[in-house]
Amino acid sequence: MKKYFAMMMAAVMAAACFTGCGSSSSTEGTEGGDGATTEGGATIVIGGIGPLTGDYATYGISAKQGAEIAIEEINEAGGVNGVTFQLLFEDDQADPSTAVSAYNMLMDDGMDVSLGAVTSGACIAVAEESQQDGILLLTPSGSQKECTQYDNSFRICFQDPDQGTYSAEFIKDNGIAQKIGIIYDKSNDYSVGITDSFEAKAAEIGLEIVTKQAFTDQSNTDFSAQIQAVKDAGAELLFLPIYAQEAAYILTQADKAGLETIFFGVDGMDGILEKIGAENQALTEGVMLLTPFAADAQDEQTVAFVEKYKAAYNATPDQFAADGYDAIYTIAAAFEQTGLSSADDEGFNEAMIAAMTEITVDGLTGTMTWTADGEPSKSATAVVITDGVYKAYGLE
Amino acid sequence: MQSKKTVVSKMITYGMVILAFVIVFALDQSGLISRHMRSMLVPIGINIILAVSLNLTVGFLGELTLGHAGFMSVGAYAGCLFSIYTADLLPLAARFPLAMLLGGIVAAVFGIIIGVPVLRLKGDYLAIVTLAFGEIIRSVIINLNFTGGASGLKGTPQDSTYPITFVVILIMLFVIMNLVESKHGRAITAIRDNRIAAEACGINITYYKLLAFVVAAFFAGVAGVLFGHNYSILTAGTFDYNMSIEILVMVVLGGMGSIRGSIIAATVITILPEALRFLEDYRMLIYAVVLIIVMIVNASPRFTGMRDFLSPKTWIAILTKKNNGKEAA
Repeated sequence: MKKYFAMMMAAVMAAACFTGCGSSSSTEGTEGGDGATTEGGATIVIGGIGPLTGDYATYGISAKQGAEIAIEEINEAGGVNGVTFQLLFEDDQADPSTAVSAYNMLMDDGMDVSLGAVTSGACIAVAEESQQDGILLLTPSGSQKECTQYDNSFRICFQDPDQGTYSAEFIKDNGIAQKIGIIYDKSNDYSVGITDSFEAKAAEIGLEIVTKQAFTDQSNTDFSAQIQAVKDAGAELLFLPIYAQEAAYILTQADKAGLETIFFGVDGMDGILEKIGAENQALTEGVMLLTPFAADAQDEQTVAFVEKYKAAYNATPDQFAADGYDAIYTIAAAFEQTGLSSADDEGFNEAMIAAMTEITVDGLTGTMTWTADGEPSKSATAVVITDGVYKAYGLE
Repeated sequence: MQSKKTVVSKMITYGMVILAFVIVFALDQSGLISRHMRSMLVPIGINIILAVSLNLTVGFLGELTLGHAGFMSVGAYAGCLFSIYTADLLPLAARFPLAMLLGGIVAAVFGIIIGVPVLRLKGDYLAIVTLAFGEIIRSVIINLNFTGGASGLKGTPQDSTYPITFVVILIMLFVIMNLVESKHGRAITAIRDNRIAAEACGINITYYKLLAFVVAAFFAGVAGVLFGHNYSILTAGTFDYNMSIEILVMVVLGGMGSIRGSIIAATVITILPEALRFLEDYRMLIYAVVLIIVMIVNASPRFTGMRDFLSPKTWIAILTKKNNGKEAA
């Protein structure tokens, strides 16, 4: 029996070594739309990295699936300039060091354009590498400032501080509230970044922050102390620049504690409906969140995307999926702009990077143009949850 | 005076590391190594340093500590901050060794601060307290401003290369293997084997325990500096207890008190999850399964017998016997 174990192990290890060490290891990965790829036609390899396992797996999986849908659509339509696209997606568990390994593996596999990484920390590490290689990096959701600090890097989502600024402006402009409480995740860069910019903007435009309560990833299930503090401070609106899981806990516990404020979240809160569950859906009534994508939007593009996504993965797409989808279309648009015929053409990388600032993409997350510093310019929209459905603010 | 056997054993360890480096270097120069492989060389080296230094406390001193990632993070932040602030002042050749030295010293100082009260405990208690230490360090780093807080420390120059890591490994092996073979090392293993007897022999238990603990912390700090200089971002979240446990896994897999074993285990454990990438969604699942199988097999008597037969020790014994026979004849 043990001998059998040993042999089995040896076989696994040997197989692992061969695939790991070979310089041109298998590239089948997650190619979309095999049926439509023209035999022998040029292919642009897009390499994505994101957490497919671990605590943040939902974000990576969503982005990957969204990107797959886009790849499939483009290839089915015959590609761009006769060129089809292929997506290779590697797991990084949201860890910067693993992301760098994954990036190098993708380079071995012939990556032409990088989707950076889905999470910010990993994306910053990858951006450093991609800058040395000079390839175009377009991250769907790396929201920290440094993700796009180099000339070759761009993003689809908003930069963290922008979300805080937009939120404060939105609250002020629409006269939603004056006294604001904040609960944020001190151990999460995303949450800290938004909180800082929100505070700065709030001070500037005259919103009053009555209390600011922190938690960490080690204490993210019991929020009774923070909720009590918000209640005592007399906040009219509770700003929650956090992810959906914690937001779900806060909504449930706030209800029990009798806290009756308006709840206002940002794009990380997307997915709250699934996290809180159908039985607690009433608690989300009236919750506002600033998100560029709502799966229940009625425009043609979104409806078609949601339908395809549901059919393929049996899940409702979230903002990360939309970001992944838009990233692929943006790369396709940039390639079209260059007028080149394949990724092997001379000056491909430079042309792609230059094209990024010239194109306008009408994506799921808005109509986007890019500045040379890699930031997208698109409008921020807020939704209000009504009867378990996202409705655009003012139309609910 | 060291016995012939230990000298040979040490030479094999050095030889193994040098040979591995020469092969890798040759492959790299001739362009035969993939980028993916090459990017793993520094992490492998870092894990070797971590595993061997932890082996000093777990294997030789016999105290279970779970705070190694904590020492690593302290060293990493100290070294990286030093590099960031002196990037324009000092040339690379001076800055990087100084950063490593500083990272090591800061980690060693923390080793003393933690070690003095904590080493009174033993067994499970020590493990839990060191685990708590690692978590405290992480929380403190997240809450400080100059460490970059939760968003991480950015802008560290990327100085770590595998030849530098290789040199650090050799220095570490030299220090730790000589320490283990020395009078101090014998005192350390004596404490492990029988604390009361060791104390009765007049060995200063507290001193030797602290010595092993601090030397291990020092090298964990150096490994941290190498780690910090390998990526453009350093986040405190990386150094959670999972990392401490992963280092412990390397030590246990390689065998308590076996330096060579730690080196091999660190290499295997670092490569394994990357080499399993072709499994896609099942990667981490299979990684865990392989780990379980390896642990079971490693502990089985039949495998141990087979390993002993294949080990250089057996061959040295056979060869030296032959030589002795010749001399007699």
